[in-house]
Amino acid sequence: MDLDQQLNVVKIGTESVSDGSLSRRTFLKVTAAAGGGLLLSFILPRTIWSKEAAGARAADMFAPNAFIRIGRDGLVTLIMPYVEMGQGTYTSIPMLIAEELEVDLTHVTLEAAPPDERRYANSIFQIQATGGSTSVRAAWEPLRLAGATARTMLVSAAAQTWKVDPTACHAEKGEVIHATSGRRLKYGALVDTVAKLPIPDHVALKAPEDFTLIGTSAKRLDTPDKVNGKAQFSIDVMIPGMKIATVAACPVFGGRLAGVDDGKAKRISGVHQVVLLDNAVAVIADHMWAAKQGLAALDIQWDEGLNATLSSAEIIRQLETALLKPGVIARKDGDVAKAMAGAAMKIEALYQMPFLAHATMEPWSCTVHVRKDGCDVWVGSQVLARAQATVAEVTGLPLEKILVHNQLLGGGFGRRLEVDFITQAVQIAKQVDGPVKVVWTREEDIQHDIYRPYYYDRMVAGLDKGGMPVAWSHRSAGSSIYARWHPPAFKDGLDPDVLEGAAEPPPPYALPNMLVEYVRQEPPGIPTGFWRGVGPTHNVFVVESFIDELATAAKKDPVEYRRALLGASPRAKAVLELAAEKAGWGQPLPAGRGRGVSVQFVFGSYVAQVAEVQVDKNGEVRVTRVVCAVDCGVVVNPDTVKAQMEGGIMFGLAAALFSEITVKNGRVEQSNFNDYRMLRMNEAPAIEVYLVKSGEAPGGIGEPGTSALAPALTNAIFAATGTRIRKLPVNRVELRSAKL
Amino acid sequence: MIARDEASVWRRQPDGEETDMLTLNINGKDCEVNVPEDMPLLWVLRDVLGMTGTKFGCGIAQCGVCTVHVDGQPIRSCIMPVVAVRGKKIMTIEAVGQTPTGANVQKAWLDLEVVQCGYCQSGQIMCAAALLAATPHPNDADIDAAMAGTICRCGTYTRIRAAIKRATQPS
Ligand code: FES
Ligand code: FES
Repeated sequence: MDLDQQLNVVKIGTESVSDGSLSRRTFLKVTAAAGGGLLLSFILPRTIWSKEAAGARAADMFAPNAFIRIGRDGLVTLIMPYVEMGQGTYTSIPMLIAEELEVDLTHVTLEAAPPDERRYANSIFQIQATGGSTSVRAAWEPLRLAGATARTMLVSAAAQTWKVDPTACHAEKGEVIHATSGRRLKYGALVDTVAKLPIPDHVALKAPEDFTLIGTSAKRLDTPDKVNGKAQFSIDVMIPGMKIATVAACPVFGGRLAGVDDGKAKRISGVHQVVLLDNAVAVIADHMWAAKQGLAALDIQWDEGLNATLSSAEIIRQLETALLKPGVIARKDGDVAKAMAGAAMKIEALYQMPFLAHATMEPWSCTVHVRKDGCDVWVGSQVLARAQATVAEVTGLPLEKILVHNQLLGGGFGRRLEVDFITQAVQIAKQVDGPVKVVWTREEDIQHDIYRPYYYDRMVAGLDKGGMPVAWSHRSAGSSIYARWHPPAFKDGLDPDVLEGAAEPPPPYALPNMLVEYVRQEPPGIPTGFWRGVGPTHNVFVVESFIDELATAAKKDPVEYRRALLGASPRAKAVLELAAEKAGWGQPLPAGRGRGVSVQFVFGSYVAQVAEVQVDKNGEVRVTRVVCAVDCGVVVNPDTVKAQMEGGIMFGLAAALFSEITVKNGRVEQSNFNDYRMLRMNEAPAIEVYLVKSGEAPGGIGEPGTSALAPALTNAIFAATGTRIRKLPVNRVELRSAKL
Repeated sequence: MIARDEASVWRRQPDGEETDMLTLNINGKDCEVNVPEDMPLLWVLRDVLGMTGTKFGCGIAQCGVCTVHVDGQPIRSCIMPVVAVRGKKIMTIEAVGQTPTGANVQKAWLDLEVVQCGYCQSGQIMCAAALLAATPHPNDADIDAAMAGTICRCGTYTRIRAAIKRATQPS
């Protein structure tokens, strides 16, 4: 695995020439500049693909690149470089290819890409990963180009067959047509001819006004099997002879297994074996019930190690101390000290955000069959090549002997960017004869997650006489996920995620004198990782809460105040105005109700939200309505964008209202949905999503909905009650005493 | 740490002799299973019969993704001992589309693109189908009451509500 490939963001789009065509040489040059020729996969000589293509002889099909195969029978197979976890990538990515290839979306077959860091690297991450709201952003040019290359070659092949000029032919719905003579040839019939053609130097991408698929709410391709029980997730894998295992790792992170008495467990009907790992015990059984019973019957002694007395309070104390130190400067505009000294008013606030678990609806599972000469793994992973690499490491087998069969993911939210459970499953499977499916209980999932970090932030602003900000200072303390997950991206004490929305990109407002610092403080005993919305879930909450506090100090309306600061950011201003208008901002509300607003530019997209809340005497908060305006550039599938905003808002709301992972005696105190509370149907607000029409490059959509929600909610609570929430989740006890 | 239920462990000793042949009626067909009587229906369906449409989410009746119908009533199969459903009519997601209500619900789900990751949707659809069978024209409060027990982590609630209302309309 080439994890030290540099993390250059390759903007292939910038290389397109004005007539919309892309030069292949330019394209190759760009990829070479990215190091390691990773993006060559987008234009692969067909010989490479054909040799490796499973189950089909080279002559039976046309495979111009790693994403398209056309069989003699006319069957078009599209290879999906990103994994489907509900975000609709199995529809939006085919749309990009099919638009240019001129095939009907309902007539293509989808296939999950195999692990292959070289061919299927995400051009933003430079590794084979699905996450960070990057899929459409990374695929926008390359996958349209893949489709256009194949289409151009098919048109040439038909023209050659008919001995006519290719420009007199065009492609449509899986066939090439010569308009003047009315002749037609289906793609399948062209496979033999096209296989002899060279890959063209130039291919023309369609002009946006000619799009027939991109921009439509094409139906999701993966959903019909998800309403009848047929869709197979990782946890549904059934292999002949397979056993089922469940596992308990040391409840204290970093602890080890000291000893086990398995006498009782082994007497349980259906239990076959108890497997010991360094830091965990697994029970191998005929079915999950026996495995669970077996696990419960074990008498386990743990060596709890250094974190045995760890508590949340201690972790927070460490962050508090860290926040007193100056951090690494992430952004410095103007002269903050001078501007602060000259300010008419100074405002200060501290914000805190808790550890969070992902709680994907599908608990972890991974099926492994280790043999002497190879290993099969069935799993749902956001990082396929890393999954394969960890299997190789644990088994000692070479990469090519490891087959990873990726499954549909029952939610990802960043959790499946980690491979800890795959490593563990293979360690278990190594000790088991035949295939074994390792399934985590929900308790194991909540207590052995890789958590969204705890963040502690200090904000200071100086306002002029008119109440407008002249100085802005933001210091943030917390964990750097990249420093562990992809160390090359952690440079000079900073990473691309931790201050997204605070420093790079900065808040969209005119803030002339600005200082943003980061103090890296890793919590002991709690692993931290990406969680839907990542850095921005924290930064947008802090920035948008604080801007609201400044508006209050300036005695200005929150929307008006923001609008006055958005003169240089027309796209941000436009989403703000759209959301405010649709929400009926300014119209009176009964007592105990309030509206709150947030604006952000993160993941390449502009989002504004207005939340409307009702707070009762018991401090219960009910969010009745959320209005969301989005400018995410060119929209590939409007309905998918809306669905992602809706889902992102619910995810953000669950966290802001209810979620918090706490630690006592080194153990996570929450364990299941009874104490790690989820948002439910009766608590779900009405949501309206409005899309701004735009021709800009596509932005991300999976996460912005989540990051914008928390501040819109807490600003609305302030409007309703006068209580400012600076620590999440919302403390209902605090609101009980609020004057309504 | 996983809670230990010593009682249930000891009860089956020695050597799990209490496994028994049970006849279950699932989706209109009788089938025989040889499992402990207290084994939850969920694991019988998934791990013994290979019917994986019914999902596991929490194991403690908190999330609803394991919902199946027993004599038409929605129940949480993760806590239902299999012996308790002997002789009753069990219906799962695999067959709910064969009932007019179930088929309506599935169609409404696809028409409105309710589904995201899809993992919870078997449970959502089973709850919705049971609701509509009992209350053909539910109001918002009925929907809340019937659906609040089933969690969707992808947050498809607004579309579920809209799809239930759509399923009540003649197509
Ligand atoms: S698995 Fe049965 S309610 Fe959650
Ligand atoms: S669709 Fe993913 S949990 Fe509901």
